Amino acid sequence: MASDSPAKNRPATPSSAAPASAGVVLDDVAIQRALMRIAHELVERNEELGRLYLVGIPNGGPPLARQIAANLREIAGVDVTVGVLDTTLYRDDRLTGGIRPRLRRTEMPSAVDDRLVILVDDVASTGRTIRAAMDALMDFGRPRAVQVVALVDRGHRELPIKIDYVGKNIPTQRTDHVQLRERPGGDGMEVVLMQGRGAPS
Amino acid sequence: MMGRGLLGIEDLEREDIELILDTAFHMKEVGRREVKKVPTLRGRTIINLFFEPSTRTRTSFEIAGKRLSADVVNFTPSASSLTKRESILDTAKTLDAMDPDAVVVRHNVAGVPKQIADQLAAPVINAGDGAHEHPTQALLDLMTVVEEKGRIDGLTVTIIGDIAHSRVARSDIYGFKKMGAEVRVVGPPTMMPAQVECLGVKFFRSLREALDGADVVMALRIQLERLAGALFPSVREYSATFGLDRAKLRYAKDDAIVMHPGPVNRGVELSHDLANRRPSVILDQVRNGVALRMAVLYLLAGQRRGVEEER
Repeated sequence: MASDSPAKNRPATPSSAAPASAGVVLDDVAIQRALMRIAHELVERNEELGRLYLVGIPNGGPPLARQIAANLREIAGVDVTVGVLDTTLYRDDRLTGGIRPRLRRTEMPSAVDDRLVILVDDVASTGRTIRAAMDALMDFGRPRAVQVVALVDRGHRELPIKIDYVGKNIPTQRTDHVQLRERPGGDGMEVVLMQGRGAPS
Repeated sequence: MMGRGLLGIEDLEREDIELILDTAFHMKEVGRREVKKVPTLRGRTIINLFFEPSTRTRTSFEIAGKRLSADVVNFTPSASSLTKRESILDTAKTLDAMDPDAVVVRHNVAGVPKQIADQLAAPVINAGDGAHEHPTQALLDLMTVVEEKGRIDGLTVTIIGDIAHSRVARSDIYGFKKMGAEVRVVGPPTMMPAQVECLGVKFFRSLREALDGADVVMALRIQLERLAGALFPSVREYSATFGLDRAKLRYAKDDAIVMHPGPVNRGVELSHDLANRRPSVILDQVRNGVALRMAVLYLLAGQRRGVEEER
């Protein structure tokens, strides 16, 4: 469940093999609370809940989208469509070291025409992933509107992209690496910040 | 790891094949979209350099490149430079000077794609060279089997026909062996390469024995125009002995699938009925061919020697 960063495909250099620190910045309880709050905000800000279409961006987005959908069922009694959209083929990164990033699954169960599409990402930063996701989305049809959920917004935006629903703002250095992952032991998720481990995505 | 270019299955590791197949399954999803095109290779140029005519393979590569937004140029030397006695390498170098991001080569002499690859900055993809290899065909065959059977490990694959003159057979043998299948070959002894067992396959004289317990049956195309009369007495005799129909297919497993690289000589390698309907999966092979070639182009195009490769 790494953030969608080309940096994660880069082999670790000896100097970065031992991270300065890897702190948990969001534990499972905080993540679940944030996803519930975001579900409430979605209900408040949107009138036609039946048009909602949650689209998770791999790897971290899809489980978050599914949890938000479950929360919406609980608090508003609506069944929302959930899709998965890989952005790799739409990214603007050039080949790094001749290695192409591995593709991930895309699964869009119904048309996006006239739907209110909510893109769900785990860690938002430069905005390039969201930009790629919007381009990909337009190839599936013409949504009525697109909004963005990010569990973590770590800043360093490079494109004019706004995150509509943020779980938590976390100030970072550009060289830090922020990652949503399964908790060691497998019960729940957590967001960790590793200093000096990567570039923002 | 897979180097620059794709010259043969023999050079690949199992992990390379797995990466290509995994990528190809994702590419197949792109082909099911309303807009069957992604911007990945925008601004990249792919040259189809076909010294031997092949409308099917060339079209498949062309569609694959276009679905990735590359500019695809078809270059058929017979119609132009070769009439001016330009050598193959001169032709290739001339094209390379136009900075393509990949060159797809088909030639009727084994080894020509390798010779060309040694001279070019652009990665070269072998689209069939003589009786040597046809790697993308084998990869699309592997993809089709994974789709049908969910795996390749432990399957029994029977290849029927002219093994000696078939680049498809050679690439398929390497591919299925590397992925853990048992490979059997059967056909007239005149169509078997000397010491065929060196390829790691089991040779059968009897079709019935070769089919016993097979999960996948692959019939190869008989080059009627080239071979009839030379290697077997008559087309009718070949078809009676090695031609596949539903009656003979009963010797294989109940859920066996039938494959053919196309185009089928109907009534020779396969009965009409079998060529048209399941358990034959011939059109799935064609469909998967586009996705598979998209995967290969995605993984390789753009790795020009001395450009991106340098750090």
